[in-house]
Amino acid sequence: MSSNVAIGFIIVGVTFDLLGCLGLIRLPDIYNRLQAATKSVTLGTCMILIGVFLEFGFTSGGIKALLCLFFILLTSPTAAHALSRGSHISGFKLWKGSLMDKLEEKRRMDEN
Amino acid sequence: MKKKITQFIVYFIIWLLLTWSLNYQEVIVGLGVALLAMILTKDLFPDELMKLLNPLRLLLAIIYIPYLIFYIILANFDVAYRVLNPNLPINPGIVKVKTGLKNELARTILANSITLTPGTLTVEVDGDDYYIHWINITSEDPKRQKQIIIDRFEWMLRRIFE
Repeated sequence: MSSNVAIGFIIVGVTFDLLGCLGLIRLPDIYNRLQAATKSVTLGTCMILIGVFLEFGFTSGGIKALLCLFFILLTSPTAAHALSRGSHISGFKLWKGSLMDKLEEKRRMDEN
Repeated sequence: MKKKITQFIVYFIIWLLLTWSLNYQEVIVGLGVALLAMILTKDLFPDELMKLLNPLRLLLAIIYIPYLIFYIILANFDVAYRVLNPNLPINPGIVKVKTGLKNELARTILANSITLTPGTLTVEVDGDDYYIHWINITSEDPKRQKQIIIDRFEWMLRRIFE
């Protein structure tokens, strides 16, 4: 029974990961792509790890999965932040259909 | 001193969880590793975490996690909707939002929470200003933007850390 639930969690997790990858291909610029990648991959990977925990229970492997879950929740948004900030500093433009870029405006003002 | 002891205990618990065995050899190595980690990271451990020793703050911090997970799940359905829709319904841009939080750790958690919630990604933090990439801008008014993006977390983080 718990094994079936575990497999269910893993399947849903993989589906979310797949959607994240689809987002990487379909969305137009780096910032939008990071959005899709960060959110889907965080939840997708967390669900796979929950599945692993349900399968192994309170054993060495299961607890490690829970710890990984916690650390992914902490580090994944930080990585996305670092990547997007780095891209913006090195001058990657937003997609042409974007409405506004307050950060670009602020950089211009700081330069003058 | 109190901070160092807390730090040591936290690291030791993480070690015990990682090894998941009470074999005396593992425990002795764990004590050594926790001590070493405590010495190496004495400046990295945020002072603000000590506030969580207060039970009320700790309770709120624990409630914060499912609250955040709820928004992470919403965010994923949002991504799924945008990615699978053939018309690609996006309306992106970088907006500027001001926060009232003063505490550094609370600001970090707020920035990370924003990144994990529907349609928003923190690009830069400068003083009180967050520059946020928003995949679907629904309002040009800064007040309304703040209300949509950060108010749902800000009040809770303020209670936890300030």
